[in-house]
Amino acid sequence: MSALGIISNANLNGGQKLAVKYFTVSLALFGAQVLFGLLAGIQYLNPDFLFGILDFSVNRMVHINAMVVWLLFGFIGSVYWLLEDESGTPVVGLGLGNLNFWIFTLAVVVVVLVYLLIQVGPGELKSIWLINEGREYIEAPRWADIGIVVCVLIFFFNVAATFMKGRFTGIAGVLVLDLVALAGLYLAGMWYTPNISMDQHWWWWVIHLWVEATWEVLVGCLMAYGLIKTMGVRRKIVETWLYIEVALMFGSGILGLGHHYFWIGTPEYWLTIGGFFSALEPIPLVAMVVHAVFDAGYHKLKSSNTPALAWIIGQAFGNFFGAGVWGFMHTLPQINLYTHGTQWTASHGHLAFFGAYVTMILAFFYLAIQKWRGNVWMGSNLVGSWKWKWSMFLLWTGMIAMTMALLISGYEQSQIERAIGGSDWVAYFAAQEHPWFVQGMVWRMIGGWTFAAGFVLLAWDLMTIGKRETRPALVVDAESH
Amino acid sequence: MSQTAWWASESLWRKSAIWVTGVSFIFLIFLTFDTVDHITAGSKSGRVKAYSVINNRIDYVFDAKRNMQVPVIGPVEPLFGKVLTEEEAEALVSKGKLTTQSKNCMNCHTLLGNGSYYAPDLTKSWLDQSWGSKETREKSMVEFLMDPTDKLHNSLGRKMPNLGITEEEAKATVAFLKWMSSIDTNGFPANFKPLDQSDAPVATVTAEPAPKASAAPAQQ
Ligand code: HEC
Ligand code: HEM
Ligand code: HEM
Ligand SMILES: [Fe+2]
Repeated sequence: MSALGIISNANLNGGQKLAVKYFTVSLALFGAQVLFGLLAGIQYLNPDFLFGILDFSVNRMVHINAMVVWLLFGFIGSVYWLLEDESGTPVVGLGLGNLNFWIFTLAVVVVVLVYLLIQVGPGELKSIWLINEGREYIEAPRWADIGIVVCVLIFFFNVAATFMKGRFTGIAGVLVLDLVALAGLYLAGMWYTPNISMDQHWWWWVIHLWVEATWEVLVGCLMAYGLIKTMGVRRKIVETWLYIEVALMFGSGILGLGHHYFWIGTPEYWLTIGGFFSALEPIPLVAMVVHAVFDAGYHKLKSSNTPALAWIIGQAFGNFFGAGVWGFMHTLPQINLYTHGTQWTASHGHLAFFGAYVTMILAFFYLAIQKWRGNVWMGSNLVGSWKWKWSMFLLWTGMIAMTMALLISGYEQSQIERAIGGSDWVAYFAAQEHPWFVQGMVWRMIGGWTFAAGFVLLAWDLMTIGKRETRPALVVDAESH
Repeated sequence: MSQTAWWASESLWRKSAIWVTGVSFIFLIFLTFDTVDHITAGSKSGRVKAYSVINNRIDYVFDAKRNMQVPVIGPVEPLFGKVLTEEEAEALVSKGKLTTQSKNCMNCHTLLGNGSYYAPDLTKSWLDQSWGSKETREKSMVEFLMDPTDKLHNSLGRKMPNLGITEEEAKATVAFLKWMSSIDTNGFPANFKPLDQSDAPVATVTAEPAPKASAAPAQQ
């Protein structure tokens, strides 16, 4: 082990060396997401900005695709991070895992370059295979889809085989099964049909069953590990909670899929089924808050890594508000008829993705940097702690400001475009031109710039935190009884 | 550590998790089979129409029994004056769908309410009053899609870019939009006031009539 406070791969186990590679790319793509989000946001206020060069559609596509990929990279990294620790044995196919990382990264770079430089193709199947699929979130061309599936399968093999060789814990069991589902669901989005109802029906299998089922359970596993790691919470408690969360999440989230089947041609019974089950979805999110807050309180917030713990607690609340409360607000069909596809949706989408997933991955970034620097002290009062505190504050304030601004614009839009206007071309612009809507867009940008400042500070902090620390990390004992 | 209460037992919750997930998933599979049946083009329930519905007038009318607007298939009113067979219609709509995907419409517009919020929803765009009249609509739509930048309909200056859409692609896209407007969306978008198509004379069929497409598509 090298000196405290100095970044050295010697401080990491094999899986963790791979993890920090994923984390690095992940952070860079987070930056890209923020940048293209700003460009798209500016175009709302100034439509001529980059018009014909980088149109809104291009910026938005890069914005949300960068998000999906950096979150996936963050998840994969996080799992590699805990893999050897949790299983008690080295990663089985580390060389393969490394190769996989480089191929995956290269593929992402090629896809993004094609998005930016070629942008659109002729209306033929080959455009979908080579340029982009034009289906929100899963725009990646078909060749890349196949690559993604192969990469995820290799990753899955590594995880499953490593756990099988070593310790197969409760967390491991949930994680492995969850990854099978996560990879399998992607296949539902990988085929072409002229029928847009059919298309969107299966598209939602990927999107909804990812974010409201499999990804939620994945962060549940990460949360479980994080709580053990930062505070030494007893495994039995954590794993019991994890099972409770899985039961509640899948029990509500799987049939909650129906909240996307109200208006796309699917039968009327989904109004009832989707409304009912998705209305139950906040329950597991409440359970997660109770769990995290109870444990943190029980341990008097004494932790080995304060920034990580702060982001984990933030995850519990962010998930609850962004997904649970903001999701619930528009999930009943009686309301969704007027809010469907308005800025309401954008408001919810931002807070949910940030609250549930960004937060958790940032917590892992902090866990990683701590160990990378030789398991350095990261309690409160660490040297230069203003940076992580300020970046956290700016990211949260920026996100909440954006969410609120979008919500106000969304209210106005659902009223003027939908309820009064009847959702046609004229009604759409009546709402978009209204001062209340425009003000919302201005405030979204103020929030956006705040968020971007938070990101810059975050990146800086991750590069420097713990650098001048000479104290070793606080040792948190597992609860003894 | 005292004895764990039965309701806090790890194995109870592990079993619950497995059972709840399994049962939910089985329900979902069951419902999926039924739903796919309903949303196959030309399905018996008529929620998603056969592609040849583009040979007919499509309207969006309030239905008192369902208490919502529903698509209503009217008399033969072929697109671009040509009645198509089901296969021809499918090929055309498919070309249009491919155009919407490869030009990335969904990252500016919503379709069936899903996508992006930068531009109007296209679910009922075929029926939009801004196209003027039903006689000029097809032509206006093709012209708009091929060169939208100078046809501004708002004071914000928010324009649709020229996406290099060819005439063939534009016509196919219009076919796709017409077909999409016939999907039964449970009354979404609510309160939509469609273009008046009622009193206009039925367009004359110019091309050779196709064998199977004389009347409304098989379902109602
Ligand atoms: C870069 C964003 C962007 C892309 C990509 C885009 N549009 Fe548009 N579209 C707009 C905007 C903005 C308007 C409103 C223009 C106006 O009011 O003058 C519009 C208007 C329309 C309209 C008329 C609106 C209505 O309610 O009927 C149609 C139809 C349309 N677009 C179809 C398409 C199709 C089909 C595609 C893909 C082939 C597409 N658009 C791609 C931005 C876009
Ligand atoms: C972390 C979990 C979640 C994430 C990341 C998330 C994210 C999103 C995103 C991005 C969209 C927009 C999709 C699009 O582009 O069309 C969306 C839509 C939606 N979400 Fe969530 N969501 C989550 C959880 C929930 C929950 C728990 C509920 C309900 C209680 C919910 C209800 C909805 C509804 C009803 C829509 C459809 C909006 C519309 O009709 O336009 N979401 N979600
Ligand atoms: C600098 C900050 C950001 C700005 C200015 C910004 C701006 C935007 C804009 C303009 C859109 C397009 C919305 C539309 O279609 O009208 C968008 C979509 C989206 N953004 Fe951001 N964004 C930012 C940060 C983020 C972050 C941090 C996340 C999540 C991690 C995120 C997640 C999303 C999602 C999920 C969508 C799709 C929403 C939907 O379809 O409902 N954005 N963003
Ligand atoms: Fe959902």
